[in-house]
Amino acid sequence: MSTNRRPDPEQLLRQLQAEEQFYRRGRLKIFLGYAGGVGKSFRMLDEARRRRERGEDVVIGAIQLKVSPEVESLLQRMLVIPHRNVDGVPTMDVEAILRRHPQVCVVDGLAYDNPPASAHPKRWQDVEHLLSSGISVIATVNLQHIEERREQVEKITHKHVKETVPESFLRNADEIEIVDAPPDFCLQRGHDALLGNGTGLATSLPQQLSELREIALLLAADVVDYQLEAYLVRHGIEQLWGAHERILVCVSPYIDAAKMIASGRRNADRFHGELFVAHLNQPDITPEEKAVLERNLEQARVASARIETLDGEDASHAIMQFARGHGITQIFLANRMNNSWWDRIFGRPVEHLIRAAENIDVRVFPA
Amino acid sequence: MSESTHRGTLKIFLGYAAGVGKTYQMLDEAHKLKDEGVDIILGYFEPHGRKDTIAKAEGLEIISRRTIEYRGAMFGETDVEAILRRRPQVCVIDEFAHTNVPGSQHAKRWEDVQDLLNAGINVLTTMNVQHLESLNDQVWQFTGIRVRETIPDWVVKQADEVVMVDLPPQALLNRLMRGVVYTPEKARQAMENFFKESTLVALRELAIRQTAHEVDVRQSVQDETLNAGRGDENPDWHSSSRPRSSDRILILITEDPSSAALIRRGRRVADYLQAECLAVCVLRDGSLHEIPASQREAVEKHMKFARNLQIEPSVLRGEDVAQTLVDFARSHKVTQIFVARPQQKKWPMFFGQGLVERVVRLAQDIQVTIVAERRREQRTG
Repeated sequence: MSTNRRPDPEQLLRQLQAEEQFYRRGRLKIFLGYAGGVGKSFRMLDEARRRRERGEDVVIGAIQLKVSPEVESLLQRMLVIPHRNVDGVPTMDVEAILRRHPQVCVVDGLAYDNPPASAHPKRWQDVEHLLSSGISVIATVNLQHIEERREQVEKITHKHVKETVPESFLRNADEIEIVDAPPDFCLQRGHDALLGNGTGLATSLPQQLSELREIALLLAADVVDYQLEAYLVRHGIEQLWGAHERILVCVSPYIDAAKMIASGRRNADRFHGELFVAHLNQPDITPEEKAVLERNLEQARVASARIETLDGEDASHAIMQFARGHGITQIFLANRMNNSWWDRIFGRPVEHLIRAAENIDVRVFPA
Repeated sequence: MSESTHRGTLKIFLGYAAGVGKTYQMLDEAHKLKDEGVDIILGYFEPHGRKDTIAKAEGLEIISRRTIEYRGAMFGETDVEAILRRRPQVCVIDEFAHTNVPGSQHAKRWEDVQDLLNAGINVLTTMNVQHLESLNDQVWQFTGIRVRETIPDWVVKQADEVVMVDLPPQALLNRLMRGVVYTPEKARQAMENFFKESTLVALRELAIRQTAHEVDVRQSVQDETLNAGRGDENPDWHSSSRPRSSDRILILITEDPSSAALIRRGRRVADYLQAECLAVCVLRDGSLHEIPASQREAVEKHMKFARNLQIEPSVLRGEDVAQTLVDFARSHKVTQIFVARPQQKKWPMFFGQGLVERVVRLAQDIQVTIVAERRREQRTG
């Protein structure tokens, strides 16, 4: 079977280092919301309260300036490390937290820029510092503060957000929890909660909130998928199924694949899945055929597919090996009737692939 | 919330396993609604002996279950009649996917809920993603468990809101180990089967993606109905009867057991592509009554299953199954034909002779999707 998922020595080394770090490092848990007012802070502080009741040493490292009454009542029973004033700006007091060295530190709002005189320009870097010192952190963040999603979100909210956290920080969290609530709930909770987070969403329409909600859910799914992948690699498990649709479009130098690639893109979008385009490395093709292939690959680039060149004598074998190694769930290919070297050697390629494609759907397109 | 003359709204709390906190979160919302002055009752409540969940139900009115005797044992089911008499604004019904004991008015709890919704009562309910009919094969593939209590996708699509109740798998496993979810003995068993970390991570991803899809579908419906309005004359505005793309999918139903997975997959793809979904069964000669009983029963079972998923199957007659199928597809402007992939040993020795290959050869202008049988492989972890 595929060797793609088997760790190489370098990977093993990284794995060992990761494990070693795992035991020294604090654990990071992030509550992700799609807008202010969905109840992230409450959920996080509720968890902090439960952890304290179970005997963990929990402190509050940073909290929003304006909080809801429910959050306020939870806060009263917690130990808060006061913010430090730097040039008149209230800032998380990292030094004080490190001196106090609790088991768990609560950071409400990851996306803050620290004043120029601080040790780190960004609050998430402060959190990184706490984690590497062996302090676990539970934190909240809103979708619009995720760097890679900012542009997409700004198109919906028409509000520019300055302070961001890189998506990789989210991916590397030990746990991520989605705080999901339907949009009318956020609107019901009124403007105060929304304004308190400075998200400017108080004026958002339910439609906008629902678009943000979808983006946040898909972001969370990606993070979870990444974690699943990491888990599988760590445990040497071959993934044969997907919670996630992955479409592989096979292109050749013989047929214009524009329609097939466009359909692949549309299907991948509808399923919120991934699109791959693969072709077999063939040295002996005519200039005309080469031009067709180039056009197909250009289409693939336009469709932002992941493009792969496969090597191998047996096309269906090469395709299946790639498909299995990448958790492909659907293979798209064209049904070519004319006779070529491929056909002469292997018989009708479509039929070969259909027979070989155990566990994977094959969609045959008219050529 | 809508007026009582209208159909009630349905809200689903979707999770990925027992113990993620669906019932708890639903009850939390019930209290909030009650505090706002909403007339809300618990129509069916299943705390599974969990202390915090039982405590959470305090202060909410409960309608007693109806007791039904079956084979000498007593079972408690939702008392739909009593709820209808009581007529609350909102009714909380736990475990949407539950199968009622024989002798109940409806076979499935989701059918009880339809009665309440039709009477204008708003319903809050809970379910796990693995109960969704179209995901049955996929879930089996990575859990090894064939979920029997399923809900047709169109029922979930009817919900006005689907909310994800999330808990990271590691936290769920901690809960399980602390004995919050099950008794220690049952917890140990659970962790050996369903509650493996890799399984939970995969189910969780499935639940998140499903929720994103539900949000997505509701958005496009919202877009469309902004001007048109959502009239009661078209209660299944969200169902396959109103496709929003030019795609049209045709599923070939046979007596082969693979038909069930094929129907589920076809339905799911059609839903995602917002395509219309048709199905046919081709008989070589005569009518359904003239074929052997075992074969007829299998075909009828698959056709009933298709109807359950809101696909109306047609029965065709033709000597040549592939030709009849493709002719029907062409005359009905089908864009994609779905056929099941035969088992490895059933392939004919020569290419182009089997049903699937003949369909591919004949369907020159139509796409053909060969749906693989989802097999389980031995995995560790």
